[in-house]
Amino acid sequence: MVAPEPAARPNDLMGLSEEEYGRVLAILGRSPSLTELGVFSVMWSEHCSYKSSKKWLKTLPTTGPRVICGPGENAGVVDIGGGQAVIFKIESHNHPSFIEPYQGAATGVGGILRDVFTMGARPIANLNALRFGDPSHPKTRHLVAGVVAGIGGYGNCVGVPTVGGETNFHASYNGNCLVNAMTVGLAPADRIFYSKAAGPGNPVVYLGAKTGRDGIHGATMASAEFDQNSEEKRPTVQVGDPFTEKLLIEACLELMATDAIVSIQDMGAAGLTSSSVEMAGKGGLGIELDLDKVPMREPGMTAYEIMLSESQERMLMVLKPDREDVARRIFDKYELDCVTIGHLTTTGNLVVKRGGKIEADMPIQPISAQAPEYDRPWTAAPRKQPLAPASVPTHDPAAALKTLMACPDLASRRWIWDQYDYLVRGHTVQRPGGDAAVVRLPGSSKGLALVVDCTPRYCAADPETGGAQAVAETWRNLTAVGATPLAITDNMNFGNPERPEIMGQFVGCIAGMRAACTALDYPVVSGNVSLYNETQGQAILPAPVIGGVGLLDDVSRTIDLALKTPDEAIILIGDTAGWLGQSLYVREVCRRDDNSAPPPVDLAAEKRNGDFVRTAVVQGKVTACHDLSDGGLLVALAEMALAGGRGFELKPDAGRVPLHAWLFGEDQARYVVTTADSAALLKAASAAGVPAQVIGRTSAGRDLTLDGRLLISLHDLRVAHEGWLPTYMAQEL
Amino acid sequence: MKSAVIVFPGSNRENDVADAIERSSGKRPVLVWHRDSDLPNVDLIVLPGGFSYGDYLRTGAIAARAPVMQEVIRRADKGTAVLGICNGFQILCESGLLPGILLRNASLKFVCRYVGLKVETSQSLFTHRYQAGEVLSVPVAHGDGNYFADPATLDRLEGEGRVAFRYCSMDGDLTPEANPNGSARNIAGIFNPTKNVLGLMPHPENATDKLLGSTSGKALFDGLVDSLA
Repeated sequence: MVAPEPAARPNDLMGLSEEEYGRVLAILGRSPSLTELGVFSVMWSEHCSYKSSKKWLKTLPTTGPRVICGPGENAGVVDIGGGQAVIFKIESHNHPSFIEPYQGAATGVGGILRDVFTMGARPIANLNALRFGDPSHPKTRHLVAGVVAGIGGYGNCVGVPTVGGETNFHASYNGNCLVNAMTVGLAPADRIFYSKAAGPGNPVVYLGAKTGRDGIHGATMASAEFDQNSEEKRPTVQVGDPFTEKLLIEACLELMATDAIVSIQDMGAAGLTSSSVEMAGKGGLGIELDLDKVPMREPGMTAYEIMLSESQERMLMVLKPDREDVARRIFDKYELDCVTIGHLTTTGNLVVKRGGKIEADMPIQPISAQAPEYDRPWTAAPRKQPLAPASVPTHDPAAALKTLMACPDLASRRWIWDQYDYLVRGHTVQRPGGDAAVVRLPGSSKGLALVVDCTPRYCAADPETGGAQAVAETWRNLTAVGATPLAITDNMNFGNPERPEIMGQFVGCIAGMRAACTALDYPVVSGNVSLYNETQGQAILPAPVIGGVGLLDDVSRTIDLALKTPDEAIILIGDTAGWLGQSLYVREVCRRDDNSAPPPVDLAAEKRNGDFVRTAVVQGKVTACHDLSDGGLLVALAEMALAGGRGFELKPDAGRVPLHAWLFGEDQARYVVTTADSAALLKAASAAGVPAQVIGRTSAGRDLTLDGRLLISLHDLRVAHEGWLPTYMAQEL
Repeated sequence: MKSAVIVFPGSNRENDVADAIERSSGKRPVLVWHRDSDLPNVDLIVLPGGFSYGDYLRTGAIAARAPVMQEVIRRADKGTAVLGICNGFQILCESGLLPGILLRNASLKFVCRYVGLKVETSQSLFTHRYQAGEVLSVPVAHGDGNYFADPATLDRLEGEGRVAFRYCSMDGDLTPEANPNGSARNIAGIFNPTKNVLGLMPHPENATDKLLGSTSGKALFDGLVDSLA
């Protein structure tokens, strides 16, 4: 075979370092062709190779009695009994969304959907975690509008409900927004599809949309910092077509019901390159592709462009011999392309032909086996001191509550979720706005609880505590709706890992996550890393976003946070020390800089308190339940009042804790519940060693009172809470 | 009651409505792919919600010209009950079975929320289980639900008792705030002249199960079973 023509040594090495380029020369024993260099460049990009993060990701717990497949495949797979498995993953589309918010966010949703249905799962729910810059920054409103419309535009059209999510604002995201999308799917546990290719000679089949010039080198773009010219990278952002994706989902699931498929992989980041290299590589085989057969949108595309295009809604499959007709019949029904573009070989090489010429002929195994892996230097963040409640000014609780409920991080997200179809498929039991979304499993009494969460200001102040807190909070959210937490997917969003203090944040967050996952029997089954979220040296607040999945054996036992009935006892579960460090009270009400430590996470208390609450929920002992987080106790109570359209009478019993710290401290491992039988619940709590105290009663009216004094009426609270985001978004873009 | 749900490329609530029909009738509808030449003999034809043909061109415009629609129109003309929900309503308007058109929402944004829905008449095979004036809680989920027709057409629809549902507050007031998309005269659903064809934007099929928050829509499907069984 003729070796492909070597490229002139390019000036910028397509994002590879000099040392990495040296590895390429050593592997090939010659200079790479342009196409070969492109393949190495994307496969060894941070986005595809995890070269800075791999060392630390390996330390996370990834196994458990229910885990069918952990990280390394397209998505994680967890057994939920009854012959079913839940398949889920979260993935970032941060860089594209900042450059082109609508398409960036839309294709983020499309990409994560494909990761899930490529494994044989019917997608049943989407969630998303968003971070935007300061609301006063000129770009923020434009990004919020575009990202939300993009997520809705794609998810609504494919008919997968967007059931939950979270959104925060902070100036550190001014130059780098975060768009993390999560998909949850359902599959028969014995019909999971993997990417490992097998059977030399088997046809390699291209499915779905045609290939164009969009998104070329997107993965490389997502592996570098932004500078003042980032906007010029718009051509590297892909364009989504949710209609084609919907057809692709149906066609793939129909084909998966036959016995035609050996392996399947979606064409995500790095497109045809990563899908072919990963499939053949996992099978220890070679693959030969004739690019002339690839369905193309436009003429004149080169091998380099075809291999690196990130055009959306495409899949690659290896079929069993003589099953191509089965696939073609199904794809004809949906009017999608289905073309054999190559076959598996025993050479171990990726061979790419275009116009009769060999454009690449390179060994596959070394691409992963000799991929760079870095142990980047890191420095631990300096320990911060706790903030004594006595040193924090007291403010009128009524005014403080109103300020908090209307602040950008706590104001109602209704403006966002109103734009998402959270009902399609007809199984949404708990809608957006609660602790966790709950979807019923079709034809079963079971349900899944789903949530995404992270508190970046805690992670910045103390990465290890912040990492543990993010995991614990999702576990608590699932618990609050009565679900047994099963496993998580993580989306690690950080700045430039070549800076030791950023790498230190990463290492710290991983350590905290590891501790929490281990203590809570809550393994990591999939995830994604997004580094270089940094513009002109300004890094984002670290955001290890956690997507949690829990199981309800009887979905009808779930409860929400709404106050329902007058004159029920309100009970606070968990210890309150009045931790104001890194609280929203200090930031939003006192408006002061906060260089103190975030609330500590006591994992044993989390487990003990959570297990008690979950049992009480599923046994019907409580009538409402809400976990305590941002804003503390009074904010949680206000949210419960708004959800139920009912007021409460709060009787503080703060003991040694100053009132403002009791009301607004963000101590962890806490919940608020309501019950008609407080004596029984307190007795059970005492027996379980769980702190619990009655702190008030639900009222017949619509006022929120503290020690008999009016805090705010439900109407005024609602106006403040619901008003901020629509008012903000109604201003000029 | 025998029923069929037509599935176009991009339909996405075909199973939601099939579930609702099965809940009321005990019998699962046949799902008919748009290219299947044979539409079985049924008592009820449903055009479901979704994004047929990706909403490209105009919502419902391409589906309205699908071959199967010729047969749907023929059956409708012969008196078969036809229910078009959301995208199905858009298709019915584009096919000429119902007057008017659905424009982009006045907000220019997709909207998913529970709305108040006032039953305008109980005099139809779809609504006879309701009381006229009754207020239902039913979700909407659409980007193009802004019903538009010229004033003469609107007057005729009202005069002939062909307005099926209007958006209203939970107290039953026909306010602009209760109108999620800017529809003319708060109209949410209309009949053809013989009232065997109903198109509506809200999703009664997603309000047929207590666990999911509302059962307001169930009487529509129960009523169809009464009328057509």
